[in-house]
Amino acid sequence: MDVVILSRLQFALTCAFHFIFVPLTLGLSVLVATMEVKYARTGNELYLRMTKFWGKLFLINFALGVVTGITMEFQFGMNWAEYSRYVGDIFGAPLAIEATSSFFLESVFIGVWVFGWNKISRKAHAVSICLVAFATNLSGLWILLANGWMQHPVGYVLRNGRAEMVDFLAVTFNPNGWLKFAHQISSAYVVAAFFVLGISAWHLLRKNETTFFKASFKMAALFGLVAVILCGLTGDISAVEVGKTQPAKLAAMEALWDTQKNVGISLLQLPDTDNERNYIELIKLPSLLSLLATHSLDGEIKGLKDFPKDERPPVMPVFLSFRLMIGLGMLFSLLAFLAVLLSRFDLLEQYPLFLKLLVFTIPLPYLANQFGWIVAEMGRQPWIVYGIMKTADGVSKSITVGQVIGSLVGFVLLYGLLGAIDIYLLMKFARKGPDSDVSSLINPMKRRV
Amino acid sequence: MELQVIWFVLWSVLWAVYFALDGFVLGSGMLQNFVARSDIERRVVINTLGPVWDGNEVWLITAGGVTFAAFPTTYALMFSYLYTPLLLLLFSLIVRGVAFEFRGKVDDPRWKAIWDRALLVSSFLPALLFGVTFGNIFKGLPMDAAGYHGSLMSVLNPYGLVTGLLFVLLFVVHGGLYLSVKTTGAVKDRSVSAASAVWIPLLVVAVVFLAYTYPATHLFDNFLAHPGLLAVPLLAVLSLLGIKVFLVKGKLLPAFTASSLTILLVVATGVIGLFPNLIPSSLDPHYSLTAFNSSSSPYTLKVMTGVAIIFLPIIIAYKIWVYRVFRAPVTNQDVLDNKQAY
Repeated sequence: MDVVILSRLQFALTCAFHFIFVPLTLGLSVLVATMEVKYARTGNELYLRMTKFWGKLFLINFALGVVTGITMEFQFGMNWAEYSRYVGDIFGAPLAIEATSSFFLESVFIGVWVFGWNKISRKAHAVSICLVAFATNLSGLWILLANGWMQHPVGYVLRNGRAEMVDFLAVTFNPNGWLKFAHQISSAYVVAAFFVLGISAWHLLRKNETTFFKASFKMAALFGLVAVILCGLTGDISAVEVGKTQPAKLAAMEALWDTQKNVGISLLQLPDTDNERNYIELIKLPSLLSLLATHSLDGEIKGLKDFPKDERPPVMPVFLSFRLMIGLGMLFSLLAFLAVLLSRFDLLEQYPLFLKLLVFTIPLPYLANQFGWIVAEMGRQPWIVYGIMKTADGVSKSITVGQVIGSLVGFVLLYGLLGAIDIYLLMKFARKGPDSDVSSLINPMKRRV
Repeated sequence: MELQVIWFVLWSVLWAVYFALDGFVLGSGMLQNFVARSDIERRVVINTLGPVWDGNEVWLITAGGVTFAAFPTTYALMFSYLYTPLLLLLFSLIVRGVAFEFRGKVDDPRWKAIWDRALLVSSFLPALLFGVTFGNIFKGLPMDAAGYHGSLMSVLNPYGLVTGLLFVLLFVVHGGLYLSVKTTGAVKDRSVSAASAVWIPLLVVAVVFLAYTYPATHLFDNFLAHPGLLAVPLLAVLSLLGIKVFLVKGKLLPAFTASSLTILLVVATGVIGLFPNLIPSSLDPHYSLTAFNSSSSPYTLKVMTGVAIIFLPIIIAYKIWVYRVFRAPVTNQDVLDNKQAY
């Protein structure tokens, strides 16, 4: 094990762990904001109770998202100093803008939201959670613009031994970053939708608070269906973009070895990296890949063999993750469609099996998100910045194997413990259901001096 | 003024404001176990911090982000050279954040006791580590063409530890004064006593720190070259004395203002002494990281200046609004009224 492998492992683990909490924060903030806006406009107590119940789960999840985010910022410098030095001129800016434009807004108004129930008006309180949702999603944009630049560097020149920014607008409007943002936001909304659907289904199966959970279910079902459609559309456009800007990644996603025109997709396929071929290719859908990746039936797609061996991403994990992500996405579309249909016609209680299925679906969108990031990040290898800098060249020179093993063990222990506690608390409060004591929820507009 | 100088100033301001704001959160976290005895009192203490701690921590995230964007070489070398202390700092900040959120979520005294202890340790360690880190930055890091020659043990040198102790005591007094203003009854009385009591060792350590800084660092060079600047450390000492004067008179808000000013002025003293260095080399000044040799390109600095001009006023405006909304002291009743409270 060398410093590069260990640092990559640590980054992957801490990033994946951070990303257990982020998608739910992104999506649930929007749902809770919607609930509270409805309450502020109608005064209907049902929406207040929904805000409080889902808001509580939101906060338990939010806390870990925030604290594990600090790790990411520290780690660029700690483990990837050469990278940071080489690209800081252009990569640091979106991070600094993320902090100034989003993190302040988010952190300040989450405080107002949690502690401001008695202190500000109903409308101002609803505005607070809207600002949190806005800021959270905006921070996603900036970090994905930063990541988009690593995938498809634009607006820079190589000068003074580093990448220097020459066109801020090119960085800001990098199509790769915006596509990532749209795809990520919609897939995060899918996570939140199935989180609410699953917990609602669990309570509906037990006939707890049926009005409450039917209303929650209905809202999440529609939200989920819209999100999953957007997720599919942005995924489709992303594939074209990847084909254009990162052909080696696309070839690995499809385990395509030889450059061809008119490429099909085999439903059953397994790559054999050592021999540069596939073990099996069964049930072929002709021309489909060309159509998807180039939007033309006879589009040519570059195969892996056209790239030097040391410039190919690891094929197997990228290929498998991509397939699993797509498969899960299709499952989510079907489930979201059924959820909308059944809740629209109030038939949920007649299909307990469907409800049960939804309970077990809760973790799957999380997995799909992780698979997506494996495709994006492992598919970029061996580059840390595509075409400019190799990952192995980005690692800190001053750190030792012992240091990284030490920190890696520390992260595994600390994160393991905190993750377990967080999931325990989420389950505890999700099972407990909403507070029944309505009088304690309503806050007269008490202004204090 | 040159862009690099502007960003050196902004970089300093971010750190100073961060320490002034998170300083009282860390200080209150260290004091929670001592000024609060019952569960409801402990809850009052962390609920005074509830609305603001996350917003205050973002100043650190921004200071880090700005170091990355404006002085990437400093960011890269500082974080990788100080790998282990920063890792401990990171772990502490993580634990502190979840301690706030998790403590009240299980109604079991043992569970709460665990998080109270976690809060104490995870508030003490960052205060100490920030002090040690900045003490070492004032002193300079052993770096040259071959890279870094230090280790965790070399960071824990006497001067670093004195600075660490200074930060801890300063934050404890600052946190005690914050709680004096933000609580009522017994907690308030104990907080006033704690701030008064800790002020005395703070004064001693501050004197030792100032005296030790002369042989241990080159911070005084800039002041000796421009004696007018000596007003800044002088004001720092005056506001440190002011804390006691106001405390004796029972004027708590002015005393808290004085401790905030002390922190801002101590950081100001440090960075004026450092300028133009961000991190001096203790081996050879040629390898010091300065605002000029470690900065981003003029173009990036210009973009970032635009960003700062747009967002800083907005941030300051809503921050002031929030502190106004939550200006009233937190009482036991407040904590019981709000089901979402910590």
